[in-house]
Amino acid sequence: MSDERGTPLVEMNHMNVSFGGVHAVEDVSVDLYPGEVVAIVGGNGAGKTTLIRCLSGAHPGESGEIKINGQAVAITNPIEAMGFGVETIYQTLALADNIDAPSNMFLGRELMTRWGTLDDKAMEQATREVMGRLNPRFLNFRVPVKSLSGGQRQSVAIARAVHFNAKILIMDEPTAALGPAETEQVRELIRQLKAEGIGIFLISHDIHDVFDMADRISVMAQGKLVGTVIKDEVTKDDVLTMIIAGRMPGEVDGDLDLH
Amino acid sequence: MSTTSEEAKQERRSSSKLLQSLDIDTRLLGMLGLLVVIWILFHILSGGTFLTPRNLWNLSVQTASVAVMATGMVLVIVTRNIDLSVGAIVGVVGMLIAIAQTGWLADWLGLGHPAIWILAVALALVAGTFVGWIQGLIIAYVGVPSFIVTLGGLLVWRGIAWWFNGGQTVAPLDPTFQLLGGGSRGSIGAGWSWFIAALAVIGISFSLVNSRRQRRRFGFKLRPLWADTAIGAVGTAVVLGGVFFLNRYYLPVSVAMEVAEEKGLEWPPEGLEISRGIAIPVLILIGVTLLMGFIATRRRFGRYVFALGGNPDAAELGGINTKRTLVKVFALMGLLAGVSAVIGTARLNAGVTSLGTLQELYVIAAAVIGGTSLAGGVGTIPGAVLGALVMQSLQSGMVLLGVDAPLQDIVVGVVLVAAVAVDSYYRRRAET
Ligand SMILES: Nc1ncnc2c1ncn2[C@@H]1O[C@H](COP(=O)(O)OP(=O)(O)O)[C@@H](O)[C@H]1O
Ligand SMILES: [Mg+2]
Repeated sequence: MSDERGTPLVEMNHMNVSFGGVHAVEDVSVDLYPGEVVAIVGGNGAGKTTLIRCLSGAHPGESGEIKINGQAVAITNPIEAMGFGVETIYQTLALADNIDAPSNMFLGRELMTRWGTLDDKAMEQATREVMGRLNPRFLNFRVPVKSLSGGQRQSVAIARAVHFNAKILIMDEPTAALGPAETEQVRELIRQLKAEGIGIFLISHDIHDVFDMADRISVMAQGKLVGTVIKDEVTKDDVLTMIIAGRMPGEVDGDLDLH
Repeated sequence: MSTTSEEAKQERRSSSKLLQSLDIDTRLLGMLGLLVVIWILFHILSGGTFLTPRNLWNLSVQTASVAVMATGMVLVIVTRNIDLSVGAIVGVVGMLIAIAQTGWLADWLGLGHPAIWILAVALALVAGTFVGWIQGLIIAYVGVPSFIVTLGGLLVWRGIAWWFNGGQTVAPLDPTFQLLGGGSRGSIGAGWSWFIAALAVIGISFSLVNSRRQRRRFGFKLRPLWADTAIGAVGTAVVLGGVFFLNRYYLPVSVAMEVAEEKGLEWPPEGLEISRGIAIPVLILIGVTLLMGFIATRRRFGRYVFALGGNPDAAELGGINTKRTLVKVFALMGLLAGVSAVIGTARLNAGVTSLGTLQELYVIAAAVIGGTSLAGGVGTIPGAVLGALVMQSLQSGMVLLGVDAPLQDIVVGVVLVAAVAVDSYYRRRAET
């Protein structure tokens, strides 16, 4: 990408992941700058989730290089990823249904009292603070998140990222399970976070979502990167063509492989 | 969407709203209610012999062994696992410490050495933990389902228990060690029992006051003062009433004479009533319950256990080392089986190969009756202890009524299924 923007927040270069014989991600390179939303789009099974799971530490890539602020890093587990300011909102809503919102928000990073016990009151307090900002209508702090609506559960996941000062936010289909009002809420939130200078990888099926939010769009098909385009320079049809035909707009039929 | 069902839901909400606003565990409350009903029913049916100091004292001692393990089984089941080996661990550890204190510890230190019981207990805890740890490693790191690992464990440990002494009973045991099982001298007497009661009352008051203070500090909604007062009052009444009852069960005359002689007391012609008070195994159970409750709700480990049971992927993605957590859960279960082995062996004053046979089933049943969901993620420590008490009450009550042993089993079996049926009905209703 253009040099005048300085060092990218994240660079993922030539990433490869395979499961058994399936090449889920094959030689994919993407990058992300501060305050930028990069959408990653593609059909079901294109490898989007698998690609970003390398960055969130859910599973390491087989080969490829991840740079954060220009530094090559090794991310082998979620804790290390969090250490680099990477927070992830998973497609499957990675919440433990049986415990309450504060416990989920702080899962793995609990606040402790000086006697080494869980400081549930402080965690509830912090959750109330973040929620007051993100979703003031959220009131159920002490019930298992199982009993919350999809939107409320999504706000717990987002609150988690916000509270821990994400620098790099990965959102895997954040609005897939939500109704229209809740979707609008999440979009508003993404704009807010972007304005704060956070870099966001937004994975989405929804072409409207993508055109509404993204600065750049990386298209994947069958584990490979079709190409990355700047949103303002393409049309929705162009992107749909990339997703469906697996080739750059204007390019003639045929070879999927760009190399 | 029908209006009637909507209305019914509304109504249900408002009726449970009071309890909800009081922030009280309704399931626990229900179990307590069930226990009271069972006790009163048996008292009436047995012509007034159930709620006697003697019977309640025995009930408390008989509950201890299963209840101690049930607190650990809660955590095992919460992680969506099961431990079928706990009865066999009790058997093998019991045999091991019986042999140790009559054999090599006695040879080494001399029979009756005051350190023998301490070393025997330490050995039981270490051996139990080790066995649980090994099983946990296989479950977590090799990936063999816990059902299989502990089913195999059941056979292996029971076999080793037999093999230790060719199936022969080992007896008698160290006199101090015997006290840990209750028995005629294994209680702490009236004075200490009242002391424990006083501590409990202070503990209850402190935790209520502290919780109010904390909630006020963060500006959260407070439970109404009358509700806290009522909880405190009921808790205090139960503690004081319980100790009063246990103190009214006296030592048998022969033992009382022994005690009088030791203390240099004159034996009065009308006899001497020396209170038993809280039995030592019951004291152990109280300690274990408090500690396990603390671990389950106040420590990080406990939080991880529940998160892992609710959604293993979420726990993993949150950066929790789920495998290590699982190993710890099984090691803890083994440790508690070691504690039970001490209680059981001490109570029999012998090491027998069959100690703990079928106890795994009672332990699992206690946890499940106490509200632990086999689907994982849900369960409480006090619930499991109450579950054990409910089951033991049913059994002792039926013994008192002269019910045949096979019918006793049938009743316990039916109650287990009924309890889970009722529980899952309410759970489903609560979710809609
Ligand atoms: N844990 C896994 N084990 C085996 N195959 C997997 C696993 N996760 C993903 N895959 C496969 O990798 C490919 C890409 O999947 P995914 O990254 O989830 O796609 P997307 O998120 O774009 O829908 C699919 O063919 C999928 O079946
Ligand atoms: Mg996906």
